[in-house]
Amino acid sequence: MTELLEVRNLSRTFLLADRGAEVRALDNVSLSIGEGEFVSILGPSGCGKSTLLEIIAGLSPADAGSILYRGVPISGPDRHRMMMFQDAALFPWLNVLDNVLFGLRFVSKLSAEEKQRRAEEFLTIVGLPDCAGRFIHELSGGMRQRVALARSLAPDPDILLMDEPFSALDAMTRELLYDDMQRIWQRTGKTIVMVTHNVREAVCLGSRVMLMEKHGWITLNEKITLPYPRSMNDASLATMAGSILPHMQRAKGVL
Amino acid sequence: MKQAVKKAALPLVLFAVFIAVWQAVCVKGGVSPILLPSPADTFAYLVSSTREGLLPEAVLVTLSRIFLGYTIAVLLGLLFGVLMHASTAFKSTVKPVALGLQTLPSICWAPLAILWFGQSEAAMYFVVIMGSVWAVCLSAEDSIRSVPALYIKAAKVMGAGKAELFKSVIIPAAMPGILSGAKLGWAFAWRSLMSAEIYILITEHAGLGQLLHFGRELNATDQVMAVMAVIIVIGFLSDRLIFVPIENRMRRVRG
Repeated sequence: MTELLEVRNLSRTFLLADRGAEVRALDNVSLSIGEGEFVSILGPSGCGKSTLLEIIAGLSPADAGSILYRGVPISGPDRHRMMMFQDAALFPWLNVLDNVLFGLRFVSKLSAEEKQRRAEEFLTIVGLPDCAGRFIHELSGGMRQRVALARSLAPDPDILLMDEPFSALDAMTRELLYDDMQRIWQRTGKTIVMVTHNVREAVCLGSRVMLMEKHGWITLNEKITLPYPRSMNDASLATMAGSILPHMQRAKGVL
Repeated sequence: MKQAVKKAALPLVLFAVFIAVWQAVCVKGGVSPILLPSPADTFAYLVSSTREGLLPEAVLVTLSRIFLGYTIAVLLGLLFGVLMHASTAFKSTVKPVALGLQTLPSICWAPLAILWFGQSEAAMYFVVIMGSVWAVCLSAEDSIRSVPALYIKAAKVMGAGKAELFKSVIIPAAMPGILSGAKLGWAFAWRSLMSAEIYILITEHAGLGQLLHFGRELNATDQVMAVMAVIIVIGFLSDRLIFVPIENRMRRVRG
């Protein structure tokens, strides 16, 4: 069986112009992700996890290696590989509905009415059925991230890449979103790859957790078999997170 | 309502007192009307020249010049701004020139304009365009350059191509900056036109600047003051009627 996404011997080096130094962000990284998985890539800042995500999204080039998507090498951004960012990156000149419709603009097989219906449907799924006409500055951080989620999911991508999507939110908003994220993942069956530096978050959401250390080296790759829906306050989840935490701390020390 | 009346009343009273004192000084003080015409004389000029059609025609001539000249300046400025964004060669050549020319007071263009175009409409448009195009072009370039990279990434993963990216993301994202550049350009264009109308003497189609100039030649200080008042009112209204509504709308949408 071919995996949905295969990263093969990927390398990427950045040149720091001001210091003349080279940073090996990714060095010969390989991993694979199966259809329908929720993979949490856990790692300290600077380990190259965001770089990896941007390369998978097609936003950034690799120096060496390849990314196979359904067995075919990728060559740029494609709306089947959608990406969400730490900042919701909504367009402030459009209202909520038009932001979601922006994602659907490039789905040619849908009529205008279908797009409209689809956008409204996904606003309902993310829990914002009554916010279609609002402007972005009228939304809280959590609501913005929900709209970004609706905008990403409405075009029906195969895979959703999330770059620390919850790290800018307060703890309470975050926990609400964890519940919704699990519900939405189970309902839509999307493949999700989420990058985070929060161990509990990685364990709470991921069906698999990878630990990434410097140069993108993966030193831990574990299936999380706890049943969904999971709560951050479950004892078993805390135990699981506790067993991964020392690895994370060691990874941080290495950097 | 009562508050608003109260707030408006005080300045109105003070204004009336000022006019009354001015009138009293002119009537009782034995001041030469060439030095200081009375408010009544000034107002009388407004009425008579309006009745004769001289003033309304001058207003129309000036307005048509400002609108045409400014429109050309904005279009050229935007074009230059976009070209700077598109081509580094263009940018490194034109930007330093634009930065330099922007510091040149617009009246300094008038001698050259007359040498090239004679005492003509073309000379006047030349001064207006040269006086305002640089502000528009530099702020267009600056605001396009400052569009957050995140918006562009988000649009790319959603499937936006180059043209769509430019039209639907870069331009709307840069719009607040472009608008404030256009506003600055309007102020420059208005000042440039007044300089040009006073400096460049054409006998037919007298604008407000020419009326000012003729007023001085005839020692008709009442005419000079009345025309100045009209120029102030037009400058004030153009800001209120053109830019303030657009800015308000933008503020309502973007916060």
